[in-house]
Amino acid sequence: MLTVEEKHKIDHEISLVPSPKNACIEALKIVQHSHGWVSDESLKDVADYVGMSPAELDSVATFYNLIFRRPVGRHVILVCDSISCWVMGYEGIRDRLTEKLNIKYGQTTEDGRFTLLPNCCLGTCDRAPALMIDNDLYRDLTVEQLDEILEKYT
Amino acid sequence: MEKPLTQHIVPGRAPLSLKEYEKVGGYQSVRKILKEMSPADVQTLVKDSDLRGRGGAGFNTGLKWSFVPMGPEAAKPKYLVANADEMEPGTFKDRVLLEGNPHQLIEGMIVASYAIEASISYIFMRWAYKVAAREIIKALDEAYEAGYLGENILGSSFSLDMHLHTGVGRYMCGEETALLNALEGKRANPRAKPPFPQVSGLFGKPTIVNNVETLCCLPHIINNGAEWFKSLSKTGDAGTKLYGISGRVKKPGCWELPMGTTIRELIEEHGGGMQDGYLFKGLLPGGASTDFLVEEHMDVPMDYTAIQAAGSRMGTGTMIILDDQTCPVGFVHNLQHFFAQESCGFCTPCREGLPWVEKILLAIDRGEGKPEHLLTLDFHTKYLGPGNTFCALAPGAMEPLQSALKYFREDFERHIHEQHCPWSKAKVWQPSI
Repeated sequence: MLTVEEKHKIDHEISLVPSPKNACIEALKIVQHSHGWVSDESLKDVADYVGMSPAELDSVATFYNLIFRRPVGRHVILVCDSISCWVMGYEGIRDRLTEKLNIKYGQTTEDGRFTLLPNCCLGTCDRAPALMIDNDLYRDLTVEQLDEILEKYT
Repeated sequence: MEKPLTQHIVPGRAPLSLKEYEKVGGYQSVRKILKEMSPADVQTLVKDSDLRGRGGAGFNTGLKWSFVPMGPEAAKPKYLVANADEMEPGTFKDRVLLEGNPHQLIEGMIVASYAIEASISYIFMRWAYKVAAREIIKALDEAYEAGYLGENILGSSFSLDMHLHTGVGRYMCGEETALLNALEGKRANPRAKPPFPQVSGLFGKPTIVNNVETLCCLPHIINNGAEWFKSLSKTGDAGTKLYGISGRVKKPGCWELPMGTTIRELIEEHGGGMQDGYLFKGLLPGGASTDFLVEEHMDVPMDYTAIQAAGSRMGTGTMIILDDQTCPVGFVHNLQHFFAQESCGFCTPCREGLPWVEKILLAIDRGEGKPEHLLTLDFHTKYLGPGNTFCALAPGAMEPLQSALKYFREDFERHIHEQHCPWSKAKVWQPSI
């Protein structure tokens, strides 16, 4: 069930576009913001609300890299794996993260704290290697900095 | 040396507030066009300035606008969209403008909207630019408050609304028709052209999509004229350009310089030269989807015309350096993994061809390459080339591959002949773990 607050926010997005369907990505973002991801149930709720079939909405949801259709941890680590970060040696960062968190790409730590994902270029190539945790960007990264960075997220 | 676009950007300092921006001449171009110029005047001036799109295609901006139906009979509302989706690997120039001076972008968007008589405008920005989003929202509030946006701007008959839209991540969104689909809440598949967006774009209405850097040039062209803009350049292509370098140079970064600054000056003076222990081997001049250039091209000016004559494209103007310690096969493999992953899957050559290319490169990289693999790669560069696919993604992907096969063919052959990557193991690109 969509909450009153979610409906209120989605209504605002619908008011800006010609048809409710046009607001479906914004609606998915709103639901993901409150739950961390978009469950099958949430997907159906949003589809009903904007007048789409769940299958049609899912074809949109799964098209985009940052709409999560599976549960994620409390914090999502996005490791840039694009060309400049690779040239500057991002593998050390990736290997240290997988070793320390004991997960691979696409997995979540057992305590539900972190999900680790590879990500396309973060647009900060002059300061590679880079990664993002939630809304925070880290750049000019060295393996030594990782422990301290991860400690900020509980 | 004039740096109109970045003159008020100080790294590490918050962007100018509206009041500060006005003090240094901000929004003067809006006052000027509303008082003295018709939309046609603005279009003519921008066409005469030779401003070319800074997103990669390099099309004359004024000419692009001229295809929009004008006058009272034209379909309404018309839309102006700033393409701030910057997702081309190796590209980070629009971030500088978005974070550093959002009012300059808003001002440029008002000018462009006025020129095409648009009443609604969007900034389509990638999700990752969190700082920019915060600053743009602040700047939009200030601009509405001051009467530069909204109904009857500065007492004129011109009205314009402007919204920030942040994407949810897909390289395809940078293609203008795919971007429009994303804005409409659809999958970001590209659209068939014609009709062109100028006639039938967002929600079927006339729409112009311009790159952030392109839009940021406009206030300065309005204020200083077409001849001034042309005089900023060292060569035949007008203006300044935001150039960038990433990779193993001493001082990677982004700089606004006269259009036509040579590759050598960029790398040696601005980038500080190669890092100690690394030698230059090649570069992609303007992002992942441009052809390699090598040592012999060091003195080529970075402008649309000269880079094209040298066999590549200026693209976004942010170059990625390949050094001698980095495996060129691994380099291209990394790029093809990106393109295969980001293909929208709509047309067959791109959907099927790019993963095939990626698999072959993986095999060569791992030491499992066969001599016939090179021929397979060769034919892909033709079959996925211009004219064979629905949009420019796959042809763009083939540019670094075809030029790597040309300039670094020996390195590919060595991998196959020796059945291992001659570079250190750590430099083998491994997409999955």
